[in-house]
Amino acid sequence: MRDTINDIALPVFAIAAALLIFGGVVALAGVSPVEVWVLLFKGAFGDWFSWQNTLQRAAPLMLTALCVAIPARAGLVIIGGEGALVLGGLACAALPYLMPLPETVFGTTLVCLAGALAGALWIALAGWLRQYRGINETISSLLLAYIAIGLFKHLVEGVLRDPASLNKPSTNALPEGMRIGGIGGSDVHWGFVLGMVACIALGLWMRWTASGFSVRVVGGNPRTAQLVGLPASKLILLACALGGACAGLAGAVEIAAVHTSANASIIAAYGYAGILVSFIARHHPLAIIPVAILFGGFGAAGSLLQRRLGLPDASVLVLQGIAFVLILASEALRDVDWTALKAKLSRAAESANTSDIVKDKPA
Amino acid sequence: MTADMWISLFAGIVGGALRVGVPFLFVSLGECLTEKSGRINLGLEGVLVLSAMAAFGGAYISDSPWVGVLVGALAGGALAALHGALCSLPRVNDVATGIALMLLGTGLAFYLGKPLIQPQAPQIPAIALGGWSDSSALQSALQINALLPIGLLLAALLWWGFNRTRYGLLVRMAGDSANAARALGYSVNGIRMAATAGGGMIAGLGGASLSLFYPGSWNEGISSGQGLIAVALVIFARWSPLRCIGAAALFGGAGAIGPALQSVGVSWGYHLFNTVPYVLTLVILVLTCKPGKVAVGSPGELSSTR
Repeated sequence: MRDTINDIALPVFAIAAALLIFGGVVALAGVSPVEVWVLLFKGAFGDWFSWQNTLQRAAPLMLTALCVAIPARAGLVIIGGEGALVLGGLACAALPYLMPLPETVFGTTLVCLAGALAGALWIALAGWLRQYRGINETISSLLLAYIAIGLFKHLVEGVLRDPASLNKPSTNALPEGMRIGGIGGSDVHWGFVLGMVACIALGLWMRWTASGFSVRVVGGNPRTAQLVGLPASKLILLACALGGACAGLAGAVEIAAVHTSANASIIAAYGYAGILVSFIARHHPLAIIPVAILFGGFGAAGSLLQRRLGLPDASVLVLQGIAFVLILASEALRDVDWTALKAKLSRAAESANTSDIVKDKPA
Repeated sequence: MTADMWISLFAGIVGGALRVGVPFLFVSLGECLTEKSGRINLGLEGVLVLSAMAAFGGAYISDSPWVGVLVGALAGGALAALHGALCSLPRVNDVATGIALMLLGTGLAFYLGKPLIQPQAPQIPAIALGGWSDSSALQSALQINALLPIGLLLAALLWWGFNRTRYGLLVRMAGDSANAARALGYSVNGIRMAATAGGGMIAGLGGASLSLFYPGSWNEGISSGQGLIAVALVIFARWSPLRCIGAAALFGGAGAIGPALQSVGVSWGYHLFNTVPYVLTLVILVLTCKPGKVAVGSPGELSSTR
């Protein structure tokens, strides 16, 4: 019970403190902090238009956060989700070059599966390198992300390039019938639902299935896992592949729903923001949903801050950085025994009072 | 290809190794010092970008590149000190903190550096070493950064310090066995904080070299992950400051293959050649790491190599 309270209270406290410090930062630039807070809220959740923007950004964030969270439960720190996302987008755009696809929902499913597969293989490679080659997965996944981006640019500006795209090299656009549309005519596309379903499904898998539980054992206590004979390497590869599949799916959805063709605008640091979201959600798939919506909201409000108050577009990055630092620092408060601290403080206050009385007596 | 093209290709790669290698040298030395004390700083990428911005701003305002270099080093040291302080708290993980500081450092740099994108700042002077050659390509390739001799000196100094001085021994002790340092009455956190901040200052010099020498301007894409590659470079150099020099030159040269080929008219695979440093790092890791074993020469307390 105490753990649950800590799990919720510490991140909330950290985000509130981050907003407070961010107010101080903008105050140094001569902008009223109150105005910034109000605009942050309005730009993120103020009206239906901002909600649409927020939810549209939350969709890839949920999926890239899962790419951090699932391997993290198996004890791995994977930070190369950006690479899986980019390759997922590439696979989604490249599949129509390889074979004729029906321009229906079936075709959409196929390109999304191609994206998920590409992402799964990429992150599983990082897991394989760790288990069978002893290479730290944090570093290798990051290197793989840079390699993926190079590969993406090489192919998009080379063999896959649509000759009509002059200034901004892009692949051929996906046919109309294969794109992912908005829900009920809004700008919020079905990728958002896909993200929620992935979070819920993986959350249930972790909580209620034997394989999900085994993954948690491998991450929580490797020695126990070894003792009871769990196939640790296979489970770690599974966790990596599942996480990578989510990030790859995010890339495919971004292509099919937002950009329509693969080009450099898909490299928008969603993979890195996903790391932050997952850490705040404490790598819990269900908690990722609200956190992703919150940070999607901050992203959506960023352009409003830029337009209305003339703040640089990187302000949101500063806010995210402060929030991340404070979230990690707040872990140090977890072990504090609040009741004991309170008793100690009140005792100190009492003794201060009595010493005052003692001092007053001679007078 | 003609002989002239071969020469200009060669000059391009050597020039690239000298130009791009300098920031690599500084960040790898900074990371080496940090890791020797038993902590990993993935946030050097943030340190590099923030110090590049600070150095450019300092040089622009004071009109002197050397003031800029100093400001860059101080900014880098300050951000790294924050990393050191956060990691000293109980239950705080150094890898995650590094990622957070990467985000914070780049965010702060972009936020504060917005007005610096347009102006020109005074540059660090170049030392011309190519006077003996008639080839203009070689001459321009051998225009070296005045910070390079400082970096070489620093590498030698660190090597000497680790091997021959009391402070170097203390840093290595904190990195190899925190318990031994504690038993002798030293503060492990204090030593690690000092090493992390010092490493950040050294990496800050690399940032200054980015914005004040090559490419020589401030923009948001100034670093292409050099701060992150530093971690791999140090593994490649097996935690020796002297071997960092060779590693930095190799990586600078590998990164220059793409632009050098483009300059002689081969534009195929430009982006692929740009990934050579990353592929090289991965190959080196595959060759040097073994499952279940600690990398040769690594500090015993380091969390990333366990």
